[in-house]
Amino acid sequence: MGGVTTRLRVLDDGAWISVNDDRKVRVSELWRLDAPDLCECALTDLVVENFQSVGVDGSTVEVRVYGQCIACGAAGTTGWIPVGRVRGSEFAEIDRSAVRRVRR
Amino acid sequence: MPTDVENWKSEVYGNEIRDHLFEFAEEGFDSIPDDERDAWFERFKWWGLYHQRNGQEGYFMMRIGTPNGVLEPGQLRTVGEIADEYARGPGTNPIFGDAYADFTTRQSIQLHWIELSDVPAIFEKLEENGLSTQQACGDSWRNIVGNPVAGKDGQEVIDAWPVINELNETFKGNDDHSNLPRKWKVSVTGSADGSGQGDINDLAFEPAYKAVGGGGGGDGDEGGDEGEIEDAVGFNVRVGGGLARNEPRFARDIDVWVPPERVPDVAGGLSALFRDYGDREDRYNARVKFLVDEWGAAEVRETLQEEYVDFELESAGRDVREEYTYNAGEGERNDLIGVHDQKNGENFVGLNVLVGRMGATDVLDLADLAAEYGSGEVRLSQRQNVIVTDVPDDALDEFLDEPLLKHYSPSPSPFMRGSVACTGTEFCSLSIVETKNRQVRFARWLKANVDLPTDVDEFHVHLSGCTASCAQPQIADVSLRGMKTRKDGDPVEALDVGLGGGLGENPQFARWVTQRVPVDEVPGAIANLVESFAAERDEGESFRAFVARHDDDELDAFVDPEETDYEDPMMHNTKRTWYPYAENDSMEDAPSPPADD
Repeated sequence: MGGVTTRLRVLDDGAWISVNDDRKVRVSELWRLDAPDLCECALTDLVVENFQSVGVDGSTVEVRVYGQCIACGAAGTTGWIPVGRVRGSEFAEIDRSAVRRVRR
Repeated sequence: MPTDVENWKSEVYGNEIRDHLFEFAEEGFDSIPDDERDAWFERFKWWGLYHQRNGQEGYFMMRIGTPNGVLEPGQLRTVGEIADEYARGPGTNPIFGDAYADFTTRQSIQLHWIELSDVPAIFEKLEENGLSTQQACGDSWRNIVGNPVAGKDGQEVIDAWPVINELNETFKGNDDHSNLPRKWKVSVTGSADGSGQGDINDLAFEPAYKAVGGGGGGDGDEGGDEGEIEDAVGFNVRVGGGLARNEPRFARDIDVWVPPERVPDVAGGLSALFRDYGDREDRYNARVKFLVDEWGAAEVRETLQEEYVDFELESAGRDVREEYTYNAGEGERNDLIGVHDQKNGENFVGLNVLVGRMGATDVLDLADLAAEYGSGEVRLSQRQNVIVTDVPDDALDEFLDEPLLKHYSPSPSPFMRGSVACTGTEFCSLSIVETKNRQVRFARWLKANVDLPTDVDEFHVHLSGCTASCAQPQIADVSLRGMKTRKDGDPVEALDVGLGGGLGENPQFARWVTQRVPVDEVPGAIANLVESFAAERDEGESFRAFVARHDDDELDAFVDPEETDYEDPMMHNTKRTWYPYAENDSMEDAPSPPADD
């Protein structure tokens, strides 16, 4: 028995994450991260400038992004950050105000 | 592993896209299967069509590539008529209204709100008039740029226009060069002012002299008389420039001089080298600038010689870079605005088009004026401005008195003259902030409130919405780049501020000295900066020189962001709207794709 296949893509030169051919997650948002590898702030306040890659871990869609912490100015590419969950063919984005933890 | 884009390109790419495009246009936008749209939108770029951003489903930006920015008599009228008839959509811009044309930093033209069903009719009209969208976008030879007044400029070392024409004829629609790892931007310049901006291109041909003759030649022939040695005029070759992705590079000198007749061989060889060795597994690493980083200029030259050309390459000749003034921050001809001599005794007149955007009615009026006072020809510069050529002396005064030139001035305020802006969140997926209208507001406020020293008549401010750098922010006096910050705890659009960039003999990228300035504090920051410059500059010192002798902390202190009476109506996240200027701008209010005719 095969599971439902989810098509994930980075589109528009890194501007969007597409889930099943629908643009779902965009750049230019501010995300709060627990990302000690990126900067020394207690919470990184990251402006998402460019998606580098997208993947899935179980039902969790994850991305690696290039961005900058607007609190301290540190810039770089993050580890894998969750952006939403796929249930069946539906995608639900994580609340944009939630604190995200770099998973790996 | 090849990227999605490479997989899509391997299935259908290049000229053959056109047939599919026309089929979809005939059958309607909805005939593009949902699960194939991203692939087709990527391919459509090769024919100059970009699907506009989320919320504007079914509408396209169309880019018309005009080699070297040359619009032959009648062609600007064609553009104006197409803009007037087809470049209208559900969103109306509060400054520019409906139906406008954007003149770009690569001497091309962009129209918005184009519907797929109209594409065949537009292509037919463009092609009947000698214009094309072919390869205006996508992974291939883009519009070739250069000194826009090639062939006419009184300062010309060599007429580059025949060379550009030949390259355009050779490499547009050429299956051997139609699918490159990434875009391929070429500049060919024959003038001594540097106005082709070769330094920021993937491949640059710059004017240079080379001693040839003397009883030999470059092919190993040792026989014959000693003969006379004379300076031939050709081009030095540079490779691997570009501004995007926080990785700006100036093109590297590969120690090659080429006579005009061999430019296509060398250009084709380097394009093929990029095709064969460029990175197709990581689009962020795909531009040739990264290959030059990895190999070094010497290995690029060696590979070109050994694998891609069948004649002995000459070493670099004597260039004229010490004469470069274009966008150099000081001296004459920082741009091509104003009245200038042509070598035939007539004049070309550069007119300022604020942020490069002109309404269709004005485009048509300008086309009429060009025909009435000049030859009908109009040319486009890399500073988003237009140039009317072939104006005789006895028609000049009357032309300069035309009412249209009050708005598109040959002698504008420095802040209007120096403004360059990209498309921004109005239409672009990548941009983080609103740009064109914002730069208009900035320029108007600065003109009304800030006085430059009286001997400073040019001050370049470039606003780019993101690190893609379409407004070429790194080569401006004041560089503005889209960012976000929080103000009173709320997310707002912001700009990073860089200073002191420019081209010239010794080009320099701007130094990013102040980060994340809320957009409503940027005009105040520039005002404070100019005030410090005026107070502390040495006598006659240019802004670029002033920046060069201060460290980043000193410059950051000069910038000093401050609220003023400037009000910014687009502080919020314009990216979350379907169109920032719509009365009901939320994504839920986005219009349906246009109904097929």
